[in-house]
Amino acid sequence: MNRPESNHPLVGELQASAITFQSASMGAGVWKRFRRHPGAIFGFIVIFILAVLTLLAPLSPYDPEASNLPERNNAPSLSHPMGTDALGRDLFTRVLFGGRISLTVGALVVVISLLIGVPIGALAGYYGGVLDGILMRFTDSFLSLPSFLVLILLSAILREVDAPLFERNNVLTISMVIGVFGWTTFARLVRATFLTLRETDFVSASRALGGSDLRIIASHILPNAIGPIIVEATLEFGYAIIEESGLSFLGFGIQPPTPSWGNLLSNAQEHFTKYPWLAIFPGLMIFLSIISINYIGDGLRDAFDPYKVLEKVGEV
Amino acid sequence: MLQTVGLLALLSVLLFALVNLAPGGPLAGQGQSRHIDPDKAELLKRQFGLDKPLPTQYLVWLVGNDWMQVDKDGDGTLDSYGTRHGILRGDFGFSFRTRQPVLTEIGQRLPNTIYLMTITMGVAVLIALPIGIISAIRQYSTFDITVTTFSFAGQAIPEFWLGLILILIFYAWLKNPFTGEPLLPPGGMTSTNSVGFDLGDRILHLILPVTTGALGWVAWYSRFLRSSMLEVIHQDYIRTARAKGLSNIKVMYKHALRNALIPLVTLLALDLPYIFGGAIFVEILFSWPGMGRLYYQAALDRDYPILLAVLIIGAGFIILSNLLADIVYAYLDPRIRFE
Repeated sequence: MNRPESNHPLVGELQASAITFQSASMGAGVWKRFRRHPGAIFGFIVIFILAVLTLLAPLSPYDPEASNLPERNNAPSLSHPMGTDALGRDLFTRVLFGGRISLTVGALVVVISLLIGVPIGALAGYYGGVLDGILMRFTDSFLSLPSFLVLILLSAILREVDAPLFERNNVLTISMVIGVFGWTTFARLVRATFLTLRETDFVSASRALGGSDLRIIASHILPNAIGPIIVEATLEFGYAIIEESGLSFLGFGIQPPTPSWGNLLSNAQEHFTKYPWLAIFPGLMIFLSIISINYIGDGLRDAFDPYKVLEKVGEV
Repeated sequence: MLQTVGLLALLSVLLFALVNLAPGGPLAGQGQSRHIDPDKAELLKRQFGLDKPLPTQYLVWLVGNDWMQVDKDGDGTLDSYGTRHGILRGDFGFSFRTRQPVLTEIGQRLPNTIYLMTITMGVAVLIALPIGIISAIRQYSTFDITVTTFSFAGQAIPEFWLGLILILIFYAWLKNPFTGEPLLPPGGMTSTNSVGFDLGDRILHLILPVTTGALGWVAWYSRFLRSSMLEVIHQDYIRTARAKGLSNIKVMYKHALRNALIPLVTLLALDLPYIFGGAIFVEILFSWPGMGRLYYQAALDRDYPILLAVLIIGAGFIILSNLLADIVYAYLDPRIRFE
């Protein structure tokens, strides 16, 4: 995106001051700007509470998987804040355990996409030429697939698999499947950074001092991409949660009785007009976590982009 | 162009390999192969040419086998010429489930999906345009802040949940005050008892699916238009237009909007493949007989000919729409020229 060049004397000054506090401590400046974003703070608090609650899920007096038929389909009450399902299981407990699955899938997908995307982008951008051509065509081919449809196909196939570690679409399988299609943005982003920086003076200096390619890639160029990578990773975390719940909703994701937000919604489908709480709460959790993550991403984008936030608070 | 062909070729190899290396092989969905007796499985394999090495099978899938001898009755000897024409000549084979040609199946579903998706996207664009323009012109006004909050929400609501909630409200809870019947139908394209073409009935059946499908697009397009509008507003030529004394409305609509629309039109071109693929969740929730449900059913049955056809054609559409977006962009923006 092209930012309009401004000749206003203040701009140079502000940019200079942005640079000073960046050099004082990048983290402190980023945190300072992040705090100015009310949405991001809201998102951060929600995700934090959610994470703590899911961690504490085993403290619930109810078993997430054992049925308790006398209490089936109870409306929300004090003892069951979200009601109970067709087998009498406490929905709140199941939603919390489902949250563990969703958040874990989100985190694993981010790790997997980073592990694939960052090296591909770094190699393509740093070495250029034929290697760049091959890696980018490879990336393009992933981008030309209708990715959610391929996710469905892959998870439909893997649902039958019983291999150790990957039995019947557990968290690891689903994260791998989603991660295999999530890395392309990282590759393009990292490549762009490498393309712009590989000819700069500090890279030549490091090379002249005998720095190896690996050292230049990992400790000189890559850190410059950290801002956009973090923003993108946040958003990827959200996509992964939506994709996992979508797959589980269709029945191709996490398999019952293990609860996930998607398969809780899928189970609710049959009688949700009679027992609406079964449909309302799991979806509300997906919605709340996605909107929080998007707000965090938005806040981080502003935080890593000082010019934009100054513009926002009306200082430019 | 050459690159496009190469890309499709690479994708066809990838998808073919995926299906054939999958556990259970390509016959996994064929009549519960797990219980089939081994002799019969061998026979089927010979009939379908699955005893051949994978590269040969890929070639047959691509260009057909009507030029080579095949073992039609599965007795182990080659007896007649094959009948397949291959996907390059438009033969995507037969659905395992219905035994109909894949293209016939797609042909039955595609019009329904195009019908739903063009209306959904059209509605989304019509709503997003004014929202995006006004929030850019009145940046940080109450309107802008409200709309921004709503569009964050719109992008975060999962379609499959939104659909359920809408059915809950407009079918289960709200009743038509005159008849006492549910306010809106919960699914289908028309009422089962409707005769001929009934426009009112059609529209009633469109409201919920279109709302469910369009909300995310409205949020996304209006955000996009807002930011491209803001970018344009800060350009020098806008200042020039203002400086020569044009009214604000004229500057915004004649100078800023026309340029801000260029990226949006490009984005629309990029989103065209959705008109082919459909919205899988909307179609499932509202029992809409379109491409999304066809694909979903095929995935449940492991109906590979259908799955592969939809994926390959879908990928073709994505590549074409990328090309189209480039062309549209170059056509609309005279600053861009391809060498």
